[in-house]
Amino acid sequence: MSSYEARFKVWRGDAEGGGLEDFAVEVNDGEVVLDIIHRLQATQTPDLAVRWNCKAGKCGSCSAEINGRPRLMCMTRMSVFTRDETITVTPLRAFPVVRDLVTDVGFNYRKAREVPAFVPPEGVGPGEYRMFQEDVDRSQEFRKCIECFLCQDTCHVVRDHEENKPAFAGPRFLMRVAELDMHPLDASEESGLDRRRTAQDEHGLGYCNITKCCTEVCPEGIKITDNALIPLKERAVDRKYDPLVWLGNKISRRT
Amino acid sequence: MSVVDRQEWDVVVVGAGGAGLRAAIAARERGARTAVICKSLFGKAHTVMAEGGIAAAMANVNEHDNWQVHFRDTLRGGKFLNQWRMAELHAREAPDRVWELETWGALFDRTKDGRISQRNFGGHEYPRLAHVGDRTGLELIRTLQQKIVALQQEDHRETGDYESRLKVFQECTVTRVLKDASKVGGVFAYERETGRFFVLQAPSVVIATGGIGKSFKVTSNSWEYTGDGHALALLAGAPLLNMEFVQFHPTGMVWPPSVKGILVTESVRGDGGVLRNSEGKRFMFDYVPDVFKEKYAESEEEGDRWYEDPDHNRRPPELLPRDEVARAINAEVKAGRGSPHGGVFLDVSTRMPAEVIRRRLPSMYHQFKELADVDITAEAMEVGPTCHYVMGGIAVDSETAAAREVPGLFAAGEVAGGMHGSNRLGGNSLSDLLVFGRRAGLHAAEYAAGLGDGRPVVDDVQLDTAAAEALRPFSAEAEAQNPSAGPPENPYTLHQELQQAMNDLVGIIRREGEMEQALEKLADLRVRARRAGVEGHRQFNPGWHLALDLRNMLLVSECVARAALERTESRGGHTREDHPTMDRGWRRINLLCRLTDPTGALAATDPVHGQIDLVRETTDPIRPDLLSLFEKEELVKYLAEEELYE
Repeated sequence: MSSYEARFKVWRGDAEGGGLEDFAVEVNDGEVVLDIIHRLQATQTPDLAVRWNCKAGKCGSCSAEINGRPRLMCMTRMSVFTRDETITVTPLRAFPVVRDLVTDVGFNYRKAREVPAFVPPEGVGPGEYRMFQEDVDRSQEFRKCIECFLCQDTCHVVRDHEENKPAFAGPRFLMRVAELDMHPLDASEESGLDRRRTAQDEHGLGYCNITKCCTEVCPEGIKITDNALIPLKERAVDRKYDPLVWLGNKISRRT
Repeated sequence: MSVVDRQEWDVVVVGAGGAGLRAAIAARERGARTAVICKSLFGKAHTVMAEGGIAAAMANVNEHDNWQVHFRDTLRGGKFLNQWRMAELHAREAPDRVWELETWGALFDRTKDGRISQRNFGGHEYPRLAHVGDRTGLELIRTLQQKIVALQQEDHRETGDYESRLKVFQECTVTRVLKDASKVGGVFAYERETGRFFVLQAPSVVIATGGIGKSFKVTSNSWEYTGDGHALALLAGAPLLNMEFVQFHPTGMVWPPSVKGILVTESVRGDGGVLRNSEGKRFMFDYVPDVFKEKYAESEEEGDRWYEDPDHNRRPPELLPRDEVARAINAEVKAGRGSPHGGVFLDVSTRMPAEVIRRRLPSMYHQFKELADVDITAEAMEVGPTCHYVMGGIAVDSETAAAREVPGLFAAGEVAGGMHGSNRLGGNSLSDLLVFGRRAGLHAAEYAAGLGDGRPVVDDVQLDTAAAEALRPFSAEAEAQNPSAGPPENPYTLHQELQQAMNDLVGIIRREGEMEQALEKLADLRVRARRAGVEGHRQFNPGWHLALDLRNMLLVSECVARAALERTESRGGHTREDHPTMDRGWRRINLLCRLTDPTGALAATDPVHGQIDLVRETTDPIRPDLLSLFEKEELVKYLAEEELYE
């Protein structure tokens, strides 16, 4: 096993302010950035604040920006950097800093509450749900989301535009709307809820101009833009501008 | 002392994994104002790491399955030590709990006819695990999380406040269960973000904090698994049950070192993966114990045929219960037939086409590719045992999930003991969370409602004591000025020493002398942990958090070591090299751990005698109609003579 000493710059501070601090720290074979942060805690800076849980890319807690790119620290191997490279770790930029690498991600939990929940179909009891694999594939892809919020962090609609936050749910929660819209048994229409229209009118789908930044940073490889956002835009547009769809809707709701 | 914010709730649920969230949903639906309090962000609990599936006898894939067969498998897996009424309730109710998830939006993988697909798993006679690829835990946690949000949306429509009846306090840690005389009065907690203390007063507290794996060096568990709930219950005066039973999952990653212990799902074997040693031999055929001889294939050919024709062939021994497989791997490595990094080989690459592997085991494919540079569609994985689960836990009533001896205290999920006996079957954990999470929430709400106006009162003395205990690590430096005390200790160092000791001395194979050594080491660590000091301030300070968690890990580790020393047999997750066989006389014996000082104080505890008292208890006989589900010849292997005549 070969070890070496790496140079790190880690942002330290809180809501009042802060800056990058330099560290020299041991790195061993096979380690990831989170291992190095943990080594700093154990040997140099016991109070360095960082969120993490599973250390296996499954919980989405250890999101940060590594050399400026939003990533999971537990899934970023040290071997992707050269040994003489200085590695810079900073907190997610789109959210307010709490302390060091920990940010206030409350924005995401507020947005989650604004998306109406799954509406169970009436008259279909527990155990009676019948859905085919090909019909659930698409929504299942979106349900792979581990809520690391890297897509929310990188999305340029809110990244440097705090003013857009009230009107824009972000890729993660627009994808949640798409997931429910494509759920084969969601009965929102029957209950009078038009998910496509709300995507446009309440969750800010129109702000998205499909630059695919969210897809690029998704650690689960979910095709957020191609499979969720673009189809949702198409469906929303159909709904909004197609008079036949509009009329059909009116009629079916009356019956 | 400083004024501490106090809030009133009906039910407080500690922990927001599967059991905690299911409990909160049940309590809220029963009409209780319910608070959930969890150490991580909402939706990040350890349940997300569960991979394989939820065991429930829905009979979607094999029509012969029913709750009786599931019950039987569960008892066999637990070597008949299970609290049998829990195993019965679990097997009966699991299908309803899974179907209910669909009505909340869960999307499981489907059968051809559109029902929930079910997969094979170790110890389960039929394909029984409802699953979503190998990320079932994520689906479970997200579904429950979204159901909580749905209830909050309902409350918002009615009251204008999302949190009027159901609130999640995320990134908060509970350090004490508070009491009103003998009964529960609430919890004392701090916000991790600010370090601010607060109190939630409530007549009912449901503990759903999961397990204890962070006391061991090689573990599949996350930082949260510091035995908090186990310790909270002990400190509140409730006993823990059968803490010697710790499950070492047979297949954790062994390389690279930084990911050692991370789980490799049992689905790999359930879907056809095989274990081989360095000689290329499928060694599991040499390790089928007598009690399971009739149930498992004797040749590779028969085992392979079973995947296609399970009615006329027996299952391959790779699908034995986890304790058996873990011991077998351990033995192969010890005999010098291990893989280069000290494990054995787990291979799917020669068993399934690459594209099937990527579809059925996407997380595993991803995990090995990203973390170990191994392409599992082309080469074998290296795997070895990793501390995964604790079967022991808070002693509870089977029906209500009420903890013993402390009215108002409930427990569900991994933190509760009894359900899984000496060894848990894969897939039985997620179903356990749902079945007993619901029961705990329901009964906690009913208990609170039944009190009417007789709500508990918590006195200030308890709050002052709890606050002083939590602040102690900040004054370690000052105390060290006192010449009789030693220097302040680094909590990270203490934690590493604890993990090493538990791993080496109370690990997968146990010996009397080593466990005695472990108890001495724990006594030493306990004294030093009182000097665990931290730098900085209370705002999101991980060093401080760890210093506080050490109390819990040390308490729980002592329970494990004492109980393991006491039980002079090998059964399930407890293997004694000096007592290598299962002893039928021990089947009816539960070991209960209680705090030595019933006031819940820890300061005055003698370092040699420790903090834990251990007593034996004889369990109730298994109900005859449940016993009659087994053949007499099988029962003879497990039950003592006198039990058979009864």
